[in-house]
Amino acid sequence: MNTVTIEARKDGRTKPGVIRRVLSLLAGLPPSVLFGGAIVLFWLVTALTVQFWPLHDPLALAGRRLQPPSADHWLGTDALGRDVLSRTLHGAIYSMPIATIVVLAGVVIGAALGAIAGYVGGKVDAAIMRLVDITVAFPPILLAMTITATLGPGIVNAAIAMIIVWWPIYARLMRAQVLEVKEREHVEAAIAGGAGHIRILGIHILPLCWAPILINATMDFGQVVLLAASLSFVGLGATPPTPEWGSMIYDGASRFYSWWIAFGPGMAILTLVLGFSFLGDGLRDYFDPKSQ
Amino acid sequence: MMEQSKEPLLEVRDLRVDFRVPGGYATAIRGVDLTVGRGEVVGLVGESGSGKSISMMALLRLLPAAARVSGIARFDGVDLLSLSPRELSHIRGGRIGMIFQDPLTAFNPVLTIGAQIVEALQLHDRNLSGKAAWTRAVELLAEVAIPEPGRRVHQYPHEFSGGMRQRAMIAMAISNRPQLLIADEPTTALDVTVQAQILELLQRLREELNIGMIMITHDLGVVAGIADRVMVMYSGRVIERGQVDDVFYASRHPYTRGLLAALPKLDGAREALVGIAGTPPSLINRPAGCAFRPRCSHAEAVCATAEPPLLRAGQLESACYVSDRLSGMTP
Amino acid sequence: MLRYIFRRLIAVPLLLLGVATVAFFLSQTTRGDPLSAVVPERQMNNPEIVAAAKERWGLDKTLAERYVIYVSNLARGDLGTSFTTRRPVSADLAERLPATFELVLAAMTFATVVGVGLGVLSARYQNGPIDHFSRIFALLGSSLPVFWSGLILLYLLTVQLGWFPGPGRLSAHTPPPPPITGLYTLDSLLTGNIPVFLESLHRLMLPAIVLGWSVVGVITRLVRSSLLEVLGQDYIRTARAKGALEGRVMIHHALRNALIPTLTIIGFAFAYLITGAVLTEAVFSWPGIGSYAVSAARALDYPAIIGVTLLGSLAFLLANLATDIAYGLVNPKVKLQ
Repeated sequence: MNTVTIEARKDGRTKPGVIRRVLSLLAGLPPSVLFGGAIVLFWLVTALTVQFWPLHDPLALAGRRLQPPSADHWLGTDALGRDVLSRTLHGAIYSMPIATIVVLAGVVIGAALGAIAGYVGGKVDAAIMRLVDITVAFPPILLAMTITATLGPGIVNAAIAMIIVWWPIYARLMRAQVLEVKEREHVEAAIAGGAGHIRILGIHILPLCWAPILINATMDFGQVVLLAASLSFVGLGATPPTPEWGSMIYDGASRFYSWWIAFGPGMAILTLVLGFSFLGDGLRDYFDPKSQ
Repeated sequence: MMEQSKEPLLEVRDLRVDFRVPGGYATAIRGVDLTVGRGEVVGLVGESGSGKSISMMALLRLLPAAARVSGIARFDGVDLLSLSPRELSHIRGGRIGMIFQDPLTAFNPVLTIGAQIVEALQLHDRNLSGKAAWTRAVELLAEVAIPEPGRRVHQYPHEFSGGMRQRAMIAMAISNRPQLLIADEPTTALDVTVQAQILELLQRLREELNIGMIMITHDLGVVAGIADRVMVMYSGRVIERGQVDDVFYASRHPYTRGLLAALPKLDGAREALVGIAGTPPSLINRPAGCAFRPRCSHAEAVCATAEPPLLRAGQLESACYVSDRLSGMTP
Repeated sequence: MLRYIFRRLIAVPLLLLGVATVAFFLSQTTRGDPLSAVVPERQMNNPEIVAAAKERWGLDKTLAERYVIYVSNLARGDLGTSFTTRRPVSADLAERLPATFELVLAAMTFATVVGVGLGVLSARYQNGPIDHFSRIFALLGSSLPVFWSGLILLYLLTVQLGWFPGPGRLSAHTPPPPPITGLYTLDSLLTGNIPVFLESLHRLMLPAIVLGWSVVGVITRLVRSSLLEVLGQDYIRTARAKGALEGRVMIHHALRNALIPTLTIIGFAFAYLITGAVLTEAVFSWPGIGSYAVSAARALDYPAIIGVTLLGSLAFLLANLATDIAYGLVNPKVKLQ
């Protein structure tokens, strides 16, 4: 084995070493992280490259209407004769960015407000946390529906609604973290040393607060995918003819004898949600073995 | 001793306990022999980790599933280790009672003290009515000198003080008039004055009910007043045993002597508390030869060769190669 | 304890007011003109009709005026008039609430029985086949979109296998039982109408399973982990030492303690069930609040959507309150504090 590596280096090709290092890094990860990561990676790659795949046009008539799965249409065709497989794979173009934007924006807004609430305390804390209390007093889907309906149906508005629904989770998490870390000795030492607030928060507190938020965010990806699909299902998210999973399932709901219309998008949601929860679960176990 | 029949109440032969650990088994108990006569009190002494609690848990099969227990434990003619779960359940809490170290965690927090005693009674007497059982529970609390038993019986464990809880635990353990009581560090979690009261209570019950007892403790002082015989355990083995006075005054084992030296002196002299240096060996990686050798100030070359057998040495049995040398010295 | 409940009860209307305020301002900042929902497009140029509509729907007042009117109406239980049904939203909701309540109750029952059962079995046989099965079952439940699993099960079990009747609370030919509680299963039982009871129960089962399945996971997980923790406690050893057999130890001693943390999950599960009910009802044509919300959302019927949202929030808050109170009642240690 060693000689192979050495020879490779002589040739100036370091690739085997790099690959081996990556492989050994991967081997150290829990299997659930690898499994979940593989699924997520598949959908990520699909979202980025599906336009170039040799598929039927997701928006155009591709065959006869309501055809069950066949060699030509692996997942059949829908009521307008469009290829369900192609539409399902194209759905990733919408779901992946929406989930990413919602989770990222939720984390940024929630973590910022939570950090301020926890660090400043007093009235600011009370005000922010009342806002959190009121937001979480709504059942999530109803709040998201109300907001989307008032802003007007559409993917962008649905994303805004979901951000509003989602940020309080991270605000609570971040506040709890900051409150705990604030009491630690190194922070008190920094305060005694005369460090400014921004410095204390940015250098001494926040870097220690991220792990639980990131783990939660990973698991939430799946839930956001679910919520986005739900909003589309009730007609508030993506509008036809966009190949979005939720609205595709809605198309299938009115014709449930043609089960294949909804099958593909449902499996897409299921695998993506499972992938993210495996990934999140595995990461949690990896970073915090106690929680097992 | 109050022998009523030739056969001892409990006779344990070659008890072994292994725990399944990643990559094999860790041996916790390495062949313990033990007999308890009817109405006799045996003290089982050792540091934590010496295996005294584990061996008693093993008798009643209270160890987790990862434990593998072998040997013979004949209790009044039946082998505890080969009973069916149902047969065993009649003995547990029925003919063998058990008291635990921390009475707070040993009681179920969401059930009243009374409910837990009533459960113990009804588990072993299906015909006992609820009303009769509650009356009996109050009597039992009175028997262990808990004031206002009629009111106390309806309280939850967290409403009791530590000493009262241990009294209630004893009441529950003796509720079915057991022949044997296993007390696992019954006084360790309690204040010194309360400790004395609990020991007094156990002494009284032993006399009144003629219960045989196994008293597990790390404190030889606890054993001194109550036990007839003492067994000292170290690293999963019995290393010395004999009548209580012989162990106290003529110990032949350096470890027992170390324990004795650690006792506060009765004459009140303000002597520095002497402990035994070092820590007990790990279960997985025992030293060759005598397990106590690394901590022993009397160790010689022979001690590293093999484990010393438990042999008669004067009035006692000791597992030490140099026990003869220690016979003359006062502990 | 009583003071605690009182304090929590006071907080409910305050939170509701906050919720209502948020809901109101949301509805006012709408980009889609609510006028277009009540005035047909070809009439938009007719100023009389527009003015009449504005007055009828209160769209001619200032924001502050409308807020005061809105909140005072809310206090009287007036949620406004639905654009689509042209009836008071409160009347619509009252009519549809029993159907949703029946569905959520059935789903909760299913989820609790299955969740606790699987949790106990997976703790008892840790890492055995049952443990693995229940982990997968639970994970599937929380990852499946109910509006899809409902559809697939409806196709498989109803269309293909014929095990369950089609969607709806009762078939069109069966007259509903006289309304006593509004729950068809209960009302038919109370009036001794067994055939209707069986039919309504049969039709309730599939949507309840689909909906309940989505929360089985959280319950199973929590029961399993808290049971495993409880089973390591000293008092479990005590129970065994006093002669209790394993089944009794599990049910009487371990489960009782393990269910205390489990209670806290019920408020959470309830929120999840409300969410799921909206979508489940849409799939199963269940004539409850959820399908009302979905059709309101599709028609941009704001008073109706906001009415549903307020009702959902109220239910949500009350469920959390009930959970906390139940927690206090079950845990003797809380009583003292």
